[in-house]
Amino acid sequence: MASAADAPVLPGHRDTPRGLAVAAIVMILFLIVAPFVLYPIFLMKALCFALFACAFNLLLGYVGLLSFGHALYFGWASYVAAYAAKSWGLSPELAILAGTATAAGLGIIAGIVAIRRQGIYFAMITLALAQMMYLVALRVKFTGGEDGIQAVPRGHLFGVFDLGVEMNMYVFVTLLVLAALFLIYRIIDSPFGEVLRAIRENEQRAISLGYRTDRYKLVAFVLSATLAGLAGATKALVFQLASLTDVHWTMSGEVVLMTLVGGLGTVFGPIVGAFLIVAMENYLAPFGQWVLVIQGGIFVVCVLVFRRGIVGELAHRLRVRL
Amino acid sequence: MFEIFGIPSQALFGQLLLGLINGSFYALLSLGLAVIFGMLNIINFTHGAQYMMGAFAAYMLLQYLGLNYWVALIVVPILVGITGIVIERLFLKRIQNLDHLYGLILTFGLALIIEGLFRNYYGSSGQPYQIPDELRGGRNLGFMFLPNYRAWVIAASLVVCFGTWFAIERTRLGSYLRAATENPTLVRAFGINVPRMVTLTYGFGVALAALAGVMAAPIYNVSPQMGSDIIIVVFAVVVIGGMGSIMGAILTGFALGIVEGLTKVFFPEASNTVIFAIMILVLLVRPAGLFGRGV
Repeated sequence: MASAADAPVLPGHRDTPRGLAVAAIVMILFLIVAPFVLYPIFLMKALCFALFACAFNLLLGYVGLLSFGHALYFGWASYVAAYAAKSWGLSPELAILAGTATAAGLGIIAGIVAIRRQGIYFAMITLALAQMMYLVALRVKFTGGEDGIQAVPRGHLFGVFDLGVEMNMYVFVTLLVLAALFLIYRIIDSPFGEVLRAIRENEQRAISLGYRTDRYKLVAFVLSATLAGLAGATKALVFQLASLTDVHWTMSGEVVLMTLVGGLGTVFGPIVGAFLIVAMENYLAPFGQWVLVIQGGIFVVCVLVFRRGIVGELAHRLRVRL
Repeated sequence: MFEIFGIPSQALFGQLLLGLINGSFYALLSLGLAVIFGMLNIINFTHGAQYMMGAFAAYMLLQYLGLNYWVALIVVPILVGITGIVIERLFLKRIQNLDHLYGLILTFGLALIIEGLFRNYYGSSGQPYQIPDELRGGRNLGFMFLPNYRAWVIAASLVVCFGTWFAIERTRLGSYLRAATENPTLVRAFGINVPRMVTLTYGFGVALAALAGVMAAPIYNVSPQMGSDIIIVVFAVVVIGGMGSIMGAILTGFALGIVEGLTKVFFPEASNTVIFAIMILVLLVRPAGLFGRGV
């Protein structure tokens, strides 16, 4: 990466993709080797959260909008996908599609409401909306209340591939998440993405340049909600379970944590953050409530001394875009 | 006994009273949030955890030291307020020049730490706290039965809320505060120690949350998650009222408590989501909030 070090580091600039390409290759190699070393179920969980965090980062990292209620899209997509696969007997691809479409619909409604305020109010509104839908999930019948929807069948992908076979499921989830991550990259690397960054830096100026910033913000919000929904729907099939945990505010907090640890506004940061936090929770599971304390501690440390996050810090040191 | 809209008066006024009680806590908590926001420009996510700390501190004083409710009412806000001052000095001071979002994330992290610690020692089930002897029982008003303790909570929170409003809007100290909110540099030039004022303001806001916690202890179970349950509703209250005005925060808090109580009578299924629904409505009709000024 010596030659890349000479290139000027302009955030969001198109001429510095080398770091990104190297990182992408490393990630793909890791995903090919990993299932032979680590549990595929752990990897699939981490992949779903990586997509969730990247979808969240699309909003916070590139538009500067902190949504404290992303569990809403993740959890409800998870419920609908699980219900569609179990009760309607839909094939896995259609179940995931149904979950994702639900998240998109919810994203449009929540987006229209939340976009009306900025900054700190935006965070509180998204949190309140998510809490409202959590209470609804607690009450309506189809979610199964405290039990959730259990024993969701994975089914046969396109009627051919049996996803009950762990390796088939792993390949499917990996390809799906990689495709979605590539889509996110294309979104932030497009002219549309440039406008989003302009809004983050100075919304008033973007307005004065003639951009209808509310529309851009709404589109970004819906995209983010939809992709978070895709992650949630996939997770429901991986674990064959949709539960209240997925719609609870702690889930919204977790995705903030993953993004913050990995690096806000970086391409690979949320992925690294998601793998780290999922791994941490696996190892700390026996310690019960200490997980909450440790998560809180990581939040505090990140905000006070480590605001660039792991990947952000790495990119800063190597002077490349990651 | 008579009926209103086909509902027995006892049930109607009973729920109305419950709504007023909830409203008292919404008002006290959103008032604290508004005071802190005005001075520090931070949404204090730890507020719920500090309310829970207040309730637990009262419980612990009684359990371990045998100190009763009335002592707790004075001592707990001071103790918890001091922890607030420590938090402000250790953490919040360092991020005062950053984007507001970092303040929200930092205080969210602190809330997780506090809630996690209490869950470790007390589990997630609630601890009971007795109503003080002096306020046991109640009186029959003819149309409803009024428990003494509930009457006391409503009266006390009204006094505290309007006392705070008076102190901020009508006294000299309050005028310093309001001036420092508008232009801290200029106020410092007049020889007023603004950083200390910021610290004390945070301590005061936290003490208000702790006081609400002590008053809530005999009504709700004292449990580690009591704070996170209520804080999200209070956020919605704050969005509805807008944080620009102290009086707005108080009135919105009480009003929404009453609305919630009435909903419990007429549409019980919607009672815990009605405040969020009102928030959506207000955002669509009047985005700045009922008492808000701008975004």
